[in-house]
Amino acid sequence: MNPVTRIQSRTVVMANTDIDTDQIIPARYLTTTTREGLGKHLFNDWRYRADGSLNDDFILNKPDSAGCQVLVAGRNFGCGSSREHAPWALIDFGIAAVISSEIADIFRSNALKNGLLPIVVDENTLNWLLDHPYAEVVIDVADSTLTLADGTTVNYPIDRFARYCLLEGIDQLGYLQKRQNEIRQFEENRSWTP
Amino acid sequence: MSAIHPRTLYEKVWSEHLVVDETADAPAVLYIDLHLIHEVTTPQAFSLLDQRGLPVRRPDLTLATMDHSTPTTPVRTLKDLQIVGADAAAQVVKMQDNCRQFGIKLLDFDSDQRGIVHVIGPELGATQPGKTIVCGDSHTSTHGAFGALAFGIGTTEVAHVLATQCLLQRKARTLLIEITGDLQKGVTAKDVILATIGQIGVNGGTGHVIEYRGEAISSMDMDARMTICNMSIEAGARAGLIAPDDTTINYLRDRPRAPKNSQWDAAVTRWRKLCSDDGARFDKVVTVNGTALEPMVTFGTNPGMVVPINEPIPRDGDAGFKKAIEYMQITPGKPLSDARVDVVFIGSCTNSRISDLQQAASILEGRKVAEGVRALVVPGSQQIKREAESMGLDRIFEQAGAEWRESGCSMCLGMNGDTVPTGKLSVSTSNRNFEGRQGKGSRTILASPLTAAASAIEGRVADPRPYL
Ligand code: SF4
Repeated sequence: MNPVTRIQSRTVVMANTDIDTDQIIPARYLTTTTREGLGKHLFNDWRYRADGSLNDDFILNKPDSAGCQVLVAGRNFGCGSSREHAPWALIDFGIAAVISSEIADIFRSNALKNGLLPIVVDENTLNWLLDHPYAEVVIDVADSTLTLADGTTVNYPIDRFARYCLLEGIDQLGYLQKRQNEIRQFEENRSWTP
Repeated sequence: MSAIHPRTLYEKVWSEHLVVDETADAPAVLYIDLHLIHEVTTPQAFSLLDQRGLPVRRPDLTLATMDHSTPTTPVRTLKDLQIVGADAAAQVVKMQDNCRQFGIKLLDFDSDQRGIVHVIGPELGATQPGKTIVCGDSHTSTHGAFGALAFGIGTTEVAHVLATQCLLQRKARTLLIEITGDLQKGVTAKDVILATIGQIGVNGGTGHVIEYRGEAISSMDMDARMTICNMSIEAGARAGLIAPDDTTINYLRDRPRAPKNSQWDAAVTRWRKLCSDDGARFDKVVTVNGTALEPMVTFGTNPGMVVPINEPIPRDGDAGFKKAIEYMQITPGKPLSDARVDVVFIGSCTNSRISDLQQAASILEGRKVAEGVRALVVPGSQQIKREAESMGLDRIFEQAGAEWRESGCSMCLGMNGDTVPTGKLSVSTSNRNFEGRQGKGSRTILASPLTAAASAIEGRVADPRPYL
């Protein structure tokens, strides 16, 4: 994983609450065996019309949205299915961070493992962001801060270990493998076997 | 030694699996006792192991099956199943190859133990109290019905567990949900969990592990408890737990993968201690009045948008409500009972077990599915299929005009050939009514097997109680 330290971008805003991972990528596109190329099906059923043409009314299809790396969404983003295809599709499309007032547990965990930043902010900050689409924001990982276009800076919560992995580009599988001795001991010492 | 502070069931299972405890700087290393895998969320995980030349650490603790992209069209032998779509077929072949290469036993198309991953784990007795269980699937919470700590993980984490049998985890907060009183006739576990999600919201459990308790839970059989725990994730919780009791132990006795002989006795002794201690502290407590509950149906596009079957849906709501109403094409302020139903789906890891099928059959017996309604009954596993057939349930369904299928996820998620056509309305016993979940443009009403069966007969959303 490449280190993630700072993101500076305009925001694209989807105010809907409870955006579930079936919307982010519908199940019928989960038949892949690789992580790549899922971006074309990101928000597939909102992004394309029934005949397959682009739905011009959908926010990601608006010319202004091109190049925006930060997605601002209503409360409880990423709920539902555990599919890691959701962060893969967002990243493949070019999204680097998602901001909401609440982000579902499994999505958040999956996002962090792929270098996609899940940023949880208070309602006031979210409302400001919802009211100011395409605002320029700066996300600093080391300081855990989000700076809005009006100069306001807010801190966002992030697990220290997750932050360390992002900053250093650490791969968590490598970290777990270094625990081989402890794992073996655990297996040998437990009072019952599964 | 000073007295140990009272602990919740979650804390007990958690601490028993700590390889390394968590600190402010690093999450805990948690040992996993059972890893369930299926074809859709594993290929990229196996690729990662391949790239690094890593073996699967404990193939013996890994249980593999095919369910999500598996067709359920009736066939003579399971080997005749035809996968729909080249990508899905490639994924299935990949699963077979990966299991062979990494030495994992796969309950494949020709296995009479195949089925939906959350149905076969318990059925085979692999799901047991006190275990940690994970799967690349959010409804892994189902297994919590046995007092196991069971939760869904992403594909990267699937690779972590394959390679190390461990996960990096932070301890969750705890939420106690007490369902008081006895349920009324015609009110089932599905109605209880839908009402509960309606009460606490689809994010009401975020960051928490739920423990369910109360008279209504104690008197439920294991099938019903699994329905409850299954939908914990729909309230945002990662896991749902129910403390094991006689019902749990009787269910597991003599299952193929349950402990045998003296090991059984030792296991039962251990399992009996798995409950929250008196005075154990939960971060949040919610009470649901079970006696007051009625059959529930969803009207919107998430499981929290739910009403008692004869009550009008709300008149007005926030932007999410408006969007949902528009998508569902229903009238605010009116009950759902006038909504014409096109498809009825009885199945999924929420409601495809034998007692679910028996309930549906009790209503469909001697009656006919309404004209213009397609009704599918999809057993959760091949074992359940055989059991149902030995009871004659298949005949009841077929005589009523419903389709009796092979086991699998089927219409729950629209990626295996079974879909609800665009714009059509389905009453479904599955767990998600998200936009397009059952197929592009599909509209889903979640309900119990009883309500689904009654709706099939009437061709509209129907209260099952007059049929009981
Ligand atoms: S039945 Fe539905 S919810 Fe259950 S495992 Fe299959 S797809 Fe997932």
